Amino acid sequence: MLTMDKERLNNLLVPIFSIILGLIFGAILMLTFGFNPITAYNAMISGVFGSPYFLGEALRAATILTFTGLGFSIAFKAGFFNIGVAGQLLVGWTASIWVALAFPDLPRLVLVTISIAAAIFAGAVWAGVAGALRAYFGTSEVIVTIMLNYTALHLMNYLILNVIGTSNTTERVGENASISLGWLTQLTAGSRLNIGIFIAMIVVALYWIFMTKTTAGFEVRAVGLNPHASTYAGMSAAKNIILSMLISGGLAGLGGAIHGLGTFGNLFTQSGLPTAGFNGIAVALLGLGNPIGIFFSSILFGVLEIGAGFLPNGADVPDEMASIVIAAIIFFVGANYIIRFFMNKLNNKKTQAVQEGE
Amino acid sequence: MDILVLLQLIVSSSLMYAAPLIFTALGGTFSERSGVVNIGLEGIMVMGAFMSAVFNLLMFDTFGGLTPWLGLLAGGLIGVVFSLIHAVATINLRADHIVSGTVINLAAPALAVFLTKIIFDAAQTGPLARSFGRSNILGLQNIPVIGPIFFEDTSGPAYLGIFVAGIAWVVLFKTRFGLRLRSVGEHPQAAETLGINVLRFKYYGVMISGLLGGIGGAIQAQAIHNEFGILTVAGQGFIAMAAMIFGKWNPLGAMGAAVFFGFAQSLARAGSYIPIIQDIPNIWLQVLPYLLTILILVGLIGRSEAPKKLGITYIKGN
Repeated sequence: MLTMDKERLNNLLVPIFSIILGLIFGAILMLTFGFNPITAYNAMISGVFGSPYFLGEALRAATILTFTGLGFSIAFKAGFFNIGVAGQLLVGWTASIWVALAFPDLPRLVLVTISIAAAIFAGAVWAGVAGALRAYFGTSEVIVTIMLNYTALHLMNYLILNVIGTSNTTERVGENASISLGWLTQLTAGSRLNIGIFIAMIVVALYWIFMTKTTAGFEVRAVGLNPHASTYAGMSAAKNIILSMLISGGLAGLGGAIHGLGTFGNLFTQSGLPTAGFNGIAVALLGLGNPIGIFFSSILFGVLEIGAGFLPNGADVPDEMASIVIAAIIFFVGANYIIRFFMNKLNNKKTQAVQEGE
Repeated sequence: MDILVLLQLIVSSSLMYAAPLIFTALGGTFSERSGVVNIGLEGIMVMGAFMSAVFNLLMFDTFGGLTPWLGLLAGGLIGVVFSLIHAVATINLRADHIVSGTVINLAAPALAVFLTKIIFDAAQTGPLARSFGRSNILGLQNIPVIGPIFFEDTSGPAYLGIFVAGIAWVVLFKTRFGLRLRSVGEHPQAAETLGINVLRFKYYGVMISGLLGGIGGAIQAQAIHNEFGILTVAGQGFIAMAAMIFGKWNPLGAMGAAVFFGFAQSLARAGSYIPIIQDIPNIWLQVLPYLLTILILVGLIGRSEAPKKLGITYIKGN
């Protein structure tokens, strides 16, 4: 029992140390280029927490990251690296807007539900293709999902220009498809924070229940830990690969729907893949695959993302600094061997000291 | 349109788009042959593109017409530096190769734009001082028929890439260094028993991938976009990885696949001049390289020849 607690503590210390080291790395980089890191971090924190509007926006960004993070995480648990969350988010976004614009007169509850369902379906199919190819042909899901990212991007731009709309942006969806909440908007001084944050919390709980309390979740984890042993135990590797990729893409698609119906209310052509996809990978890795950890990581990265906007004016630092810090944090999470190595050394010294004391 | 002119257009624009892919795919080959997956090539290309653009703008007065060629070295050098992050993380710190590569891909565009803003006060560098332009290849353009199609007014870097692919093949398959590098990717324990320093050879593999990936990025900036911005590389590193797999981790195969992907990409841009192709909706041409990659990967089932210990961290004594 004691060792389990210790391991848990170690698991919690890795992300905390990674965050600290990432922030220190950012500070060193800023010092190198003659910026004041304290002014910069202060500008970010006071900017976000100083006004309800920006706090609302940070939580809004965190909502999307929770979905993409959970989406990445479930595939990762099953042993698959779904770099395609960005593309799955795009197809979800597209599907939700398309449906919302196609049936503007349906009652709000119905329209929102079918728009979100369409997004989940689209995302699930987009990721499911990669899952099926992996399951039946052994095709690398890393390369396939990367290729599907760019396919999604071009396809979306084509649909906006030629099918759903006629210019670079589609029309805005009607009131009946909006997922904003009056009191939430008011509370956050007109931010785009929406009902998605509550959906995110529910999904976090469902994800936890699925992974720890259901047979299907157990199978997904088992296949990820040891595909051979779980096949021997009678689990179908192919079924679990596809299932985890379907859920993964569905979650990313759901994030796209929240982006579409909540954040933007429309769809517009884009020149690159959305950062929410790749930052979703980052929050999943920082949260170490734990849904609650992912939720809090999302809030941290939401604050960094929105706080980045205060860097140029508040500290004269280019706003890319925030992304560099995010990358540095994930570097240390990935290379956690170094953190564990030092923690073990520290622990060994402690036990040695205790033993010597005896 | 005259058939000769048409062929010339197709070949030269294919080669132009292929050039960055050739170098980067060769880089990927070296890294993966040593057992290290490097999806960070995308980010390494971004750094190479950035560095070459800065070099091009700042050093043109000193080097004149040679600037873009020297810019390749600048890009390659920063590529090596950046690849060291991946090497340390995956080889010494036992990080997951894909996670570490993703870190590179997250960090590189942010860092490059960060530095661009510091140097140029804008998110893009603006037009470069001297781009590669088009050149004739070693007098070969005088050969009747073939000359004008393949060697006149075409991409110099692409031919350099084809040449380097030949060298890479010799290095990988005909030298002691290449044998050792491959053995480290196939069976590190056996290599270690024979006295080969496994970790050092993995470093070599990753650093060569950084050099070639950086050069690939430098070509992307100096031959295709003629500037550096966040969209300069936009996925070319990933396409190069696909070319490497399609080429079965063989330098000549990777080069051939890169030329093929260059052709697929050029169709999306130059297709409107080509009869028949111009009637295909542009969206198909745009997604063609990506869908082709997937189809090819699916088709390679069972015939794939990846290094045995690819992506597996080597821990001494295990």
